[in-house]
Amino acid sequence: MTGDGRGPADTPAMSPNPAAAAPLIAVRGLRFARNDQPVFGPLDFAVDAGEALLVQGDNGSGKTTLLKVLAGLLRADDGEVRLQGQPVVPALRARVVGYLGHLPAQKADLSALENLRFLCGLHGSRPGMSLEDAMATVGLAGYEDALARQMSAGQRKRLSLARLWLSPAPLWLMDEPYANLDLEGIELVNRMVQAHLREGGGAMVTTHGAYAAPPVRTRLLVLERPA
Amino acid sequence: MMWSAARALAVRDLQLLWRRRGDSLQPALFALLVLVLFALALGNDREMLARVAPGALWVAVLLSGLLALDTLFRGDAEDGSLEQWLLAPVPLAWLVLVRVATHWATTALPLVLAMPVLAELMALPRSDWPVLFGSLLLGTPLLALLGAVVAALTVGMRRSGILVALLALPLYVPVLVFGAGSVTAAGQGFDPVGGLLLLAAGLVAALVLAPLAAAAAIRIALA
Repeated sequence: MTGDGRGPADTPAMSPNPAAAAPLIAVRGLRFARNDQPVFGPLDFAVDAGEALLVQGDNGSGKTTLLKVLAGLLRADDGEVRLQGQPVVPALRARVVGYLGHLPAQKADLSALENLRFLCGLHGSRPGMSLEDAMATVGLAGYEDALARQMSAGQRKRLSLARLWLSPAPLWLMDEPYANLDLEGIELVNRMVQAHLREGGGAMVTTHGAYAAPPVRTRLLVLERPA
Repeated sequence: MMWSAARALAVRDLQLLWRRRGDSLQPALFALLVLVLFALALGNDREMLARVAPGALWVAVLLSGLLALDTLFRGDAEDGSLEQWLLAPVPLAWLVLVRVATHWATTALPLVLAMPVLAELMALPRSDWPVLFGSLLLGTPLLALLGAVVAALTVGMRRSGILVALLALPLYVPVLVFGAGSVTAAGQGFDPVGGLLLLAAGLVAALVLAPLAAAAAIRIALA
């Protein structure tokens, strides 16, 4: 679209709220290379509200890199990303994108609740939801005062999920959310994604296999290692 | 939003400090150790001790700050906290500034407050104490801010202990010269205000520029 259409007469076709109609994230021609070695791309895809995009690929196919680029941790070489129909600026990205990465960002010497309180203070949290509720949601009720160093990898993953659950961001970028989790935990991730999508959110989920997928409207993006 | 993020970060740092209070005392103990050794080595010559006191006090404070510098961002880089800082809806430079402020308040401020004891140990004349106190109050935050830029530059490296020192020392030298110099000048009956004003000017410039530079360095290190 060209021109910013200030007058109402210029934009007869636009709906009253363009953000509601536009996809949560739309990507065109996204490409990333590391030291002139292409990692992925060019990629074109979009995620609508109420929709999950399953990113599949072998190890080293660039799934994590793609999510890092979309989260703003890495800079793409080429391509266009739009969030809710608007070009990406840091403030918009911070509002729209919630990122669950490999690194838990938890301090071993702090308790589960203290870790969660810090991360929610940093990112802001959904109004009307308490930290304790979120911990109960991810099955960590009773572990509030446990130090992160005493928790298992799966429990720390659940704590990260609680942080994402509290985040007000509509688009979840989940990098290997199933890693380290038991069967019940995998079920938990699926339930969380399902509930998030029902509320009008969207999610991008990377997995290296099809063994687990949330029972929701899902699109598939398969990454292949560039030749 | 800015303030709630800042409060969350400051509270977390203080909680962490309390959990590892043994570690957090180390820089202060190091400075104390250096000064005690100085006092013992030159002990029977009070006049000599008083003459080297400004320099020795300043060097001890500076080296103890250098010792604590590597911990400024390293832990947060290794466990992924820095990634979350980058993703937060507040400017990275603001979080860096808050982190440096708590770091200064917990590593350098206790030393500055302990200065009467240390100055007495070094036989510094009472009349020079206000200038020493002022120079440290202006100089140590400046050291912390300069150090933050260096720590951010080296945060991507695994072992950077001596590199941090090599990069930081040239930046620290002017602070040391004006800081110790103003105390010495006061001891010799000259006006110490010039050195203090230069420290203040440096502090104001660093308050504005250092967080931005450190934030840029962190972005590069994480990419």
